[in-house]
Amino acid sequence: METPYQDHINKAEFDHVYEPAEDSFLLIDALERDLHYLSEINPTFCLEVGSGSGIVVTAFGMAFPNCFCISTDINFKACTMSRSTAERNKVIFDTVNMDLITAFNDNLFDIILFNPPYVVTESKECGGKDITASWAGGLKGREITDKLLDMIPKKLASKGAFYLLLIRENIPEEVIEIMSKYGFKSEIIIERRVRNEQQLVLKFIKS
Amino acid sequence: MKLITHNMLTSKCIKGVLTGFPLAINATDIKIKEVDFNSEFITRVIPKLDWEVLWCAANSIGHSDGLPKTIEPKFEEDEEFLKKAHHVLLEIEVEEGHLTCPESGRQFPISKGIPNMLLTEAEVQ
Ligand SMILES: C[S@@+](CC[C@H](N)C(=O)[O-])C[C@H]1O[C@@H](n2cnc3c(N)ncnc32)[C@H](O)[C@@H]1O
Repeated sequence: METPYQDHINKAEFDHVYEPAEDSFLLIDALERDLHYLSEINPTFCLEVGSGSGIVVTAFGMAFPNCFCISTDINFKACTMSRSTAERNKVIFDTVNMDLITAFNDNLFDIILFNPPYVVTESKECGGKDITASWAGGLKGREITDKLLDMIPKKLASKGAFYLLLIRENIPEEVIEIMSKYGFKSEIIIERRVRNEQQLVLKFIKS
Repeated sequence: MKLITHNMLTSKCIKGVLTGFPLAINATDIKIKEVDFNSEFITRVIPKLDWEVLWCAANSIGHSDGLPKTIEPKFEEDEEFLKKAHHVLLEIEVEEGHLTCPESGRQFPISKGIPNMLLTEAEVQ
């Protein structure tokens, strides 16, 4: 997969929007590793939750020009940056300022991607709408992620796949357990150590 | 906001709202942005949409010219139709305006082409 151009972004804008980092690129690498599977699904609609700069969803759109890409973010400035990143790279795209995926109809998306705010923090730190929302994950770094897990069974199309980035502190085993209760099987696509963080990308599909 | 996106949005997460679909569109600024025509993509998307909702949305903002109200069985062979659908789905951009919940009347602003669907905690189911 190709890395999208980012030369339209002014560095100072990253004071307000999550700057692409190792986790963003790990998610892209996971998709690349799963390219064969993704080509077989031949997705029509792909949704990235919390798209930040838009780098991941834009990379996806560049690899799948027959797929309509859409994203949400709780931070309005992230939405405007995602929109400009897609436009700079000629990807057909739309974005909505939304809490997770609460305002979408059901059973739409063939692919859902999420690189969540995963840092373990106090509960009261998470739930903001500014740059803190890009990292503050509350208890176990999972408060935002767990809310999304609840919605996946309804929003994912029946043959769809959900890709989620986590760190070991998020206790991926528990996430796997929650999703298996919802009838999803899971697979670790990629795992990498970045400084003191062990990052991994999980894929969930209906079993 | 493109009309393909409008077709996916609902306000049913508001307390007391049952379907919240379709949202009414009020546009104060519409731009037309050219997008390369891809017949395979459009053919694949059409069956996944609520066509009547799309037609009404396009009509409500004055852009339903020549767009049929219903889809013909062999629509994929009609290139002229696919091009119209392409235009309405992907090239019309509602830049400024608002969406309105059909049940509660709650308005959602659209600015810089981005709908704001955020609700306060008190409004959520
Ligand atoms: C770790 S950043 C990832 C950004 C981008 N996807 C990337 O990989 O570079 C997490 C993103 O999720 C967004 N976010 C946090 N909570 C959210 C929520 N409840 N709904 C939608 N987006 C949210 C943040 O604003 C931020 O852009």
